Amino acid sequence: MGSIKDKVAIVGMGCTKFGERWNAGPEDLMVEAFTECIDDAGIQPKDIQAAWVGTQFTEVNQGVSGLPLAQALKLPFIPVTHVENMCASGSEALRGACYGVASGVYDVALAVGVEKLKDVGYGGLPEMSLGAAGKYESLLSPNMTAPGMFAMMATRYFARYGLSPEEGKLMLAKVSSKSHHNGTLSEKAHLRREAPVEVIMKAPIVAWPLGLYDCCGVSDGAAAAIVVRADMAKNFRPDPIYIKALQIADSSGEEMMYTDYDYTHVETTTRAAAKAYEEAGIKNPREEISMAEVHDCFSITEAVTMEDLQFSPRGRVKEDIDAGRFNLDGEQPIQTDGGLKCFGHPIGASGLRMMYEEYKQLQGKCGPRQVKNPKFGLTHNLGGFPPRCVISAFIVGL
Amino acid sequence: MIGITSYGAYVPWYRIDRKVIYEAMGWLNPVALLPGEKAVASYDEDSLTMAVNAAMDSLKGIDRNTIDGVYFASVSLPYKVRQNAAIVATALDLRPDIRTADFTSSTKAGTTALVAACDAIKAGSAKKILVCASDCRPTRAGSSQQQAYGDAAAAILVGKDDVIAELQEAHSLSYDFADRWMADFDRFDRISEDRWVRDEAYTKFISEVILGLAKKCSLNPKDVSKLALPGLYAREDAGIGKRLGLEPGQIQDHLLDTVGNCGAAHPLVLLAAALEDSNPRDNIVVTSWGSGSDALLFRATEKVGDLTGKRKGVQGALASKNMLTNYAKYASFRNVGSVDLGMRAETGVPWDQKPLSWRNRKALLGLVGSRCRKCGTPQYPPQRVCVNPSCKAIDEMEEYRFSDKKGQLFTYTEDYLGFTLNPPALYGMIDFDGGGRFNFELTDCQPGSLKVGMPVQMSFRRKFVDEKRGTYFYFWKAIPARE
Repeated sequence: MGSIKDKVAIVGMGCTKFGERWNAGPEDLMVEAFTECIDDAGIQPKDIQAAWVGTQFTEVNQGVSGLPLAQALKLPFIPVTHVENMCASGSEALRGACYGVASGVYDVALAVGVEKLKDVGYGGLPEMSLGAAGKYESLLSPNMTAPGMFAMMATRYFARYGLSPEEGKLMLAKVSSKSHHNGTLSEKAHLRREAPVEVIMKAPIVAWPLGLYDCCGVSDGAAAAIVVRADMAKNFRPDPIYIKALQIADSSGEEMMYTDYDYTHVETTTRAAAKAYEEAGIKNPREEISMAEVHDCFSITEAVTMEDLQFSPRGRVKEDIDAGRFNLDGEQPIQTDGGLKCFGHPIGASGLRMMYEEYKQLQGKCGPRQVKNPKFGLTHNLGGFPPRCVISAFIVGL
Repeated sequence: MIGITSYGAYVPWYRIDRKVIYEAMGWLNPVALLPGEKAVASYDEDSLTMAVNAAMDSLKGIDRNTIDGVYFASVSLPYKVRQNAAIVATALDLRPDIRTADFTSSTKAGTTALVAACDAIKAGSAKKILVCASDCRPTRAGSSQQQAYGDAAAAILVGKDDVIAELQEAHSLSYDFADRWMADFDRFDRISEDRWVRDEAYTKFISEVILGLAKKCSLNPKDVSKLALPGLYAREDAGIGKRLGLEPGQIQDHLLDTVGNCGAAHPLVLLAAALEDSNPRDNIVVTSWGSGSDALLFRATEKVGDLTGKRKGVQGALASKNMLTNYAKYASFRNVGSVDLGMRAETGVPWDQKPLSWRNRKALLGLVGSRCRKCGTPQYPPQRVCVNPSCKAIDEMEEYRFSDKKGQLFTYTEDYLGFTLNPPALYGMIDFDGGGRFNFELTDCQPGSLKVGMPVQMSFRRKFVDEKRGTYFYFWKAIPARE
């Protein structure tokens, strides 16, 4: 099997302000991210040869196919592909652009992720009982929500490692509190206030044992990237960011239906991460990955992801959280921009929003939240629920 | 000898040419336009009055005091509570010490009542039972039901003495096939796509029930004198007969272009029409449709001609008619509902898509999963490819029922976001004793009472109600193990 390592580079990125963008439609968000992106790359729309756009909830957004992007941006009759892979949809758009360029067919490709969630008239995600289960399984599944399905991982994690509800919730509160602090330093974030551990612990329950602050926000947003061949990257800018690994893994079904799965980790993340490290040539992720934007849809997800990505030993993430390892001033900062926790999660946009942070960090442009001399950044998306999900694990570097 | 001792029929005086309705309303799907006319109950008639009139025809010359029971079959009963059969019996001035019952909720109810009556006679618990079947179904303006449905009634008297057609055999099928349905809060029935009903159920079930009947009594199709088919699809009925090796002359006239499809009454109206025109030793097969099918074989006796001319019957009723030439008159007679817009006018995708639920009925209603023959792993929902990562055998599955298995709560949550009538929504992952795992809703337990590892069992519940489409959806939930 081949590798994408150092074959393509990102030379421009854009990202909208995330939040409840009551006066912006998906078309506005696409244009906003795109404008910053091509300015950053120093190119014109006519230079783009192919485009990919990621969105999950097309029915409450701009609609299906690549046409809405082509029309919003007035792209010049080029191929545009809509991709959907749940929460990894934005990462899939980037992956499509990278492979398109790596194939040698295109020199310059555009990836856009966009999601407009706040038009549906209620909080939380739009009704998605269908999800990846299809019409048939939606009939036999409970009326599950994302908080509920991740809460079950916390229930099981606490039971397996002997944490009382208070001990478990305190561990998770520290995860969220850390991200809220980083969010205060992040201008494009949706939620930008400190959240002390005591406040988090007392918040109303959304799905036991997860409370309000254990859940990420729901917001509108878009992000975009320009991908070019690695050997041309320096023609665009002196500090391009190179792709080191692009891995996707999908659940096989055994976690949901076969009793071996323990529900205290995400099998799919462990598989995708192992392949990504191999592709990027990383031997010791705990030491070599400088920083990461992981899929902290819920605090418990970030906690177990630290173990699944081999940043923490299995069952011992609590020790690293207590030691502040993942704080902005720690040894391995996580969610340096505040993560999904503070940006919210406009599904299709999140993967590219994460990449935007890694890109800016590697270029040393993150001001008060700048990580010292980063070498490798990792982005991680989890689409679906722990026992049934699609994972993306991407690594970028200088 | 057990069998039919008398018969009667009733077709209302008014008829309407389907073209009159078409000109007033149009049909949503004119391709399906049926030819001819249909019978229309007058403003002061309903299924109950028509049943009494058919019964009156059948009881001519018969001592009312000899009747031991009245079974009334209809899917358009005037009363949900207050027995309709008891009103019929009182109107007929029958004895009070008799057995009365309504048979309903499927258009096969007419034949089911007939089978039940024959069984009661056979068991010796009654000497004569009067079976009435009648339908007068309300329809929406311009709907395909308005095109197809007609109003009529029939009465069949079953007993042991003076039998004109002896019961030879009966065969029944029960399938929860939702070709039409009507929830308790609905005024009109709803129908599924014709192509699905016709190809997946109608032709299959009718052939199956006739072949089942023929096998039971070693009946050779060529010995059938008259086959009465349910008449849901006139063109299919000819095809069914042909596939069974019957000549067109052996198929009883479907009456769709004179009476229309009269629901639960239809098979009994056709049976009465067949008896009017039978010779001794004729083999009459009558079949019905709805949630499966019944088929009965009667053989005419030497006495079959005794009633000729003494009953108005179907022929007599058809001979007397008055055409409605005005749709407004029809609409006011039948209290016609607002215009039918069809399923395409409903926004959103229905939760319960009928073909999908039918295809997966064992998994959805029976909680039947699969077990791998290679490795023995039970799995739900049923899989084609084994979920055991070290097996993954393809198409090696046998059925495996989970509804009677106990299990343990592997993990759970109390969800305050997801919709439920009884918040918070409780659900969790269940590991079944003996293998198998899936997520289920938990019910009959309080928040705070759930524990990892607690024993649970399954309980059949209502899962959701779709009021827009008149659909209740049933499924299994987990409850704490109780015994």
